[in-house]
Amino acid sequence: MPWFRKDLISTEELSPEEIQTVFKTTAAFKKILGRKTAKTPPLRGKTVVNLFFENSTRTRVAFEMAATKLSADVMSLDMKTSSTSKGETLRDTVENIHALAADMIVIRHSAPGSAAYISKVLDIPVLNAGDGAHEHPTQALLDCFTLHEKFGSLKGLKIAILGDILYSRVARSNLWAMTKLGAEVTLVGPATLVPREFEQFGVTVSHDLKSALADKDAVMLLRIQHERQNASAFPSINEYTRMFGLNKTRLSWLKENAVIMHPGPINRGVEIDSELADSPQSVILGQVTNGLATRMACLYLCSGGKAETLTG
Amino acid sequence: MSQVTWIKGGRVIDPKIERDEISDIFISNGKIIDRPSRETLAKADTIDATGLVASPGLVDLHVHFRVPGETHKETIFSGTSSAATGGFTSVVCMPNTSPPADTAGTIQYIKDAVGRESIVHVFPTACITVGSEGERLAPTGSLRDAGAVAISDGGKCLQNSGLMRRAVEYANMFNMPVIDHCEDYSLSANGVMNEGLVSTKLGLRGNPAEAEDIMVSRDVILSAKTGAHIHIQHVSSRNAIDIIRRAKSRGVNISAEATPHHMCFSELEVSDFNTNFKMNPPLRSEEDRLAILEGLEDGTIDCIASGHAPHTDYEKDVEFDYAPNGVIGLETALGATLNQLYHSKRLDLPRTLSLLTYQPAQILNLNKGTLEIGADADVTLFDPECEWTPQSNSFQSKSSNSPWINRTLKGKVIQTFVSGKLVFDKGKILSS
Ligand SMILES: [Zn+2]
Ligand SMILES: [Zn+2]
Repeated sequence: MPWFRKDLISTEELSPEEIQTVFKTTAAFKKILGRKTAKTPPLRGKTVVNLFFENSTRTRVAFEMAATKLSADVMSLDMKTSSTSKGETLRDTVENIHALAADMIVIRHSAPGSAAYISKVLDIPVLNAGDGAHEHPTQALLDCFTLHEKFGSLKGLKIAILGDILYSRVARSNLWAMTKLGAEVTLVGPATLVPREFEQFGVTVSHDLKSALADKDAVMLLRIQHERQNASAFPSINEYTRMFGLNKTRLSWLKENAVIMHPGPINRGVEIDSELADSPQSVILGQVTNGLATRMACLYLCSGGKAETLTG
Repeated sequence: MSQVTWIKGGRVIDPKIERDEISDIFISNGKIIDRPSRETLAKADTIDATGLVASPGLVDLHVHFRVPGETHKETIFSGTSSAATGGFTSVVCMPNTSPPADTAGTIQYIKDAVGRESIVHVFPTACITVGSEGERLAPTGSLRDAGAVAISDGGKCLQNSGLMRRAVEYANMFNMPVIDHCEDYSLSANGVMNEGLVSTKLGLRGNPAEAEDIMVSRDVILSAKTGAHIHIQHVSSRNAIDIIRRAKSRGVNISAEATPHHMCFSELEVSDFNTNFKMNPPLRSEEDRLAILEGLEDGTIDCIASGHAPHTDYEKDVEFDYAPNGVIGLETALGATLNQLYHSKRLDLPRTLSLLTYQPAQILNLNKGTLEIGADADVTLFDPECEWTPQSNSFQSKSSNSPWINRTLKGKVIQTFVSGKLVFDKGKILSS
């Protein structure tokens, strides 16, 4: 199925067919990445601007590398020190960058809806690299691609997402993508971070780790950020780890060959025991590699590239 | 007898005296008068009101005119022009100005500006606490003497219940109602929309209805204890309405208003991050919205207030998190109210108009909202069937942060008279 979108703002808006198009394109790029010279020409002569209003070295580097591999000129702007602190609005900032001949914008911002807002202001492609607690679509697409590679399909897969769901864009993007692809999703964590409202999106909400992990094909852990907005959502990190941290015993509650996922960066010893993060069941590093190919696919498709014309 | 204005053949509705008939209104020297002699009528200015409703000028207990301090958003002239366009002839302005209206001097400043620029009646309110900071009581008696009709921390809610108790007891001594924006900050935290289905989906921080419910309960309890009159602003939640309903049935001296936007819209409107739907209290669930309509139907909610809160385009044209709360409402209030209550057949036209005329006037003891003989000749002529669609450039307000842009309203003001003077005529402001 062809891709008609200028922007990639959310997985909520994607159809299952569009997600499959991303997978197909990602697979092709992954093959290309395996070659000796992994650079391909689709974005030659184009400028991709990474606008990061929030620190995220991982995501920024992944997008930079993806754009470079597609032969684009890449500019990354750490917006912490400019515009907003000078009182400039987001609209002014992006209109200026557009006027400097950016061809695509990748944006990370702490405010939900900011990527959608920019996509309406500008007529060039906008890719959402995380808008507050709303969505992080490329992360979900790479997560699902990883599962797709591993299991052949997400249909009927049982997946638990464990941790800070309320403030997580990764959880939101994943629950839309996973359920669209036919997976059964259970959200699990303390009641203060996993509100019941999520049930209305077609997922199960649980606060009981044992029953939530039972029989699952995959568990996705989310980073716990106790220092931030959820400061009072649970009593202490220690308490969280005791109640919800993944350890060997709890791993055994999952299906035998279940995979462990984490979008990173990991708090070793907090949401997961260190040895499990490096165990054969962990696909955490595989996610990173797939992240590069997925972002190449998303940049390529939004710039007007066709999945069919790629030869891997 | 001096010149008489004869408004002829309209449907004259005065809910206060239960008048509803095709009839005439006569105005002389700024007052409503009885039918004058034939000779006087022969020389009268006549206005053909056939097919129109002639209502007492509408009364709005809750507007923000941004004077002093933020005249880029609104001025007394632009604000009262907006009021006249919407059929409002009396408005009560909130004290969260810059500086806040917490001294007699500031009230006098507002009254001076009103004297120079206003084309409708404007009644100022004053702060409950100094700077609306919630720490020390403002000089209520002096503020009343300067002309404030009520006290309110406008936009803020006094969190200290002990101080609130003192405030209502003290103000009651002067017969000053206390107007409250009910919000428990420890619950609303930094919420930018209703906590619920949509906030969960969008990842926006939620402000739960309970933040309102708890403070409404507190106010009911304090009003019951002291006998003081507390008026609850912009009720938005089902539980809060229920609390008020039960309080009233026990005779507690509490009154409440609802806004047209909370009557018409739910949290679903926020789904595409449109900042013209960002307000406080936030738009709540559909269940809450329906409870507001029921509260208006059964009299639990006493009146409708626009909550007119102007903000410029550039302030609202930002990420949802950073946009200021509030929407304008004076020019759309009548159409929106008619849509929800009258055209939907929930209430008849007189009862609908009572919510916009003498009921709000009564809450603050304003001698307004009626067409009785001898009353100020504040009259609104409107066409209840006229459909129109507001655009961002169609407002008299300096701001255009309206949730009704591109939505059709049924009911439009044709002419507005203030103290007998025609100030708004078929789309145009006449006075300056
Ligand atoms: Zn308020
Ligand atoms: Zn207000």
